[in-house]
Amino acid sequence: MRIALVVNREPHEADVWEGESLLFALRERLGLPGSKNACEQGECGSCSVLLDGRLVCACLVLAVQADGHEVITVEGLGDGDQLHRVQEAFLEAGAVQCGFCTPGLVVATVDLLERVPQPSDDEIREALAGNLCRCTGYAKIFDAVRLAAGIQP
Amino acid sequence: MEVLTPRSLAEALALKAERPDAVPIGGGTDVMVELNFDRARPDALLNLNEVGELKGWSREDGRVRLGAALTYADAMRPPLCDLLPALAEASRTVGSPQIRNRGTIGGNLGTASPAGDALPPLLVEGAEVEVASVRGSRRLPLSEFLLGPKRNALAADELVAAAVVTPSGQPQTFMKVGTRNAMVIAVCSLALVADRERGELRAAYGSAGPVPALVSAPLADREAFAERVAAAARPIDDLRGTAAYRRHALRVLTERALERCLA
Repeated sequence: MRIALVVNREPHEADVWEGESLLFALRERLGLPGSKNACEQGECGSCSVLLDGRLVCACLVLAVQADGHEVITVEGLGDGDQLHRVQEAFLEAGAVQCGFCTPGLVVATVDLLERVPQPSDDEIREALAGNLCRCTGYAKIFDAVRLAAGIQP
Repeated sequence: MEVLTPRSLAEALALKAERPDAVPIGGGTDVMVELNFDRARPDALLNLNEVGELKGWSREDGRVRLGAALTYADAMRPPLCDLLPALAEASRTVGSPQIRNRGTIGGNLGTASPAGDALPPLLVEGAEVEVASVRGSRRLPLSEFLLGPKRNALAADELVAAAVVTPSGQPQTFMKVGTRNAMVIAVCSLALVADRERGELRAAYGSAGPVPALVSAPLADREAFAERVAAAARPIDDLRGTAAYRRHALRVLTERALERCLA
């Protein structure tokens, strides 16, 4: 069936199979491969996007459920060639190893800093608990979150 | 496969009556896993995301009505978290922020997993489940709604509309054993209320029997209560833990919960 949704502030239409996830629709129908496909069960967070402003795993949203709704993916965070300050902070802090988890962590961090501009380490840990980095680069990821929040080490 | 997207509860109930095989999907945190892994291919899905009546919560005559689409994130926010503190604590242990933003109380009831984290806190507060169909709606105690592992008392044409609770206002807590704080299915869990008003202790365990279940005793029986909870549980050995470990953990959790609530 055909769905109409706003992705990264632009209206889109897509023909989707009724049982497919929003993640599949984003990657395979709309050409937005930034959201990564790994566990497909909400465990890893690599497909994190904002659905109507709320952080969700795109793999656990039925594509049809996004019909008439608004999605922001990692591709929609920056402004043209200008990276989002969270993306800049991940680069600066070296919070990227293989890079697979990075888009999800960046989206989750943007969501956190929106709600809690100056998070404590415990708040960072809880907010990012649903995003796995299998390179285990968590120390640098914490550095990046603190850097983006302007927290002095 | 077909996706039916009703815009009102009346429309949702009419569709469910017409298509009893349609699988309800709300936050999708259970249903989508089944779809993504090819474990289920239902002929129809009933997408409940656009049904406004199921969202949020309200007060009615001293009672609190939790809409089936109330998310765990909603349950963690004031003032609801102050009315039902054990439910808020349990909600905070569910998955991750991403999961808590989507997963719903109604979904936890519908799935009726022995490990459903919202179920023990609702049991100790004497929650009723409001189920609805085109035939009307009925309320039944949560303990009667839960029939077995992933089995509940819903008829084929019924949907979970709400959970209805009269907050006791008494000290309560929720505890959960798992390999980490986030993203775990409970090895076992426990909700407890020390109800001084009624002179009663109420505990409910999760992941330690075919359904989460309630154990109560007079407040005066505090010393024997941990043993009583452990003895009432009917745990099994599975990939997350052994029956013996679960029974032991329940004893420890009950003791700690009592200390916390009677301090």
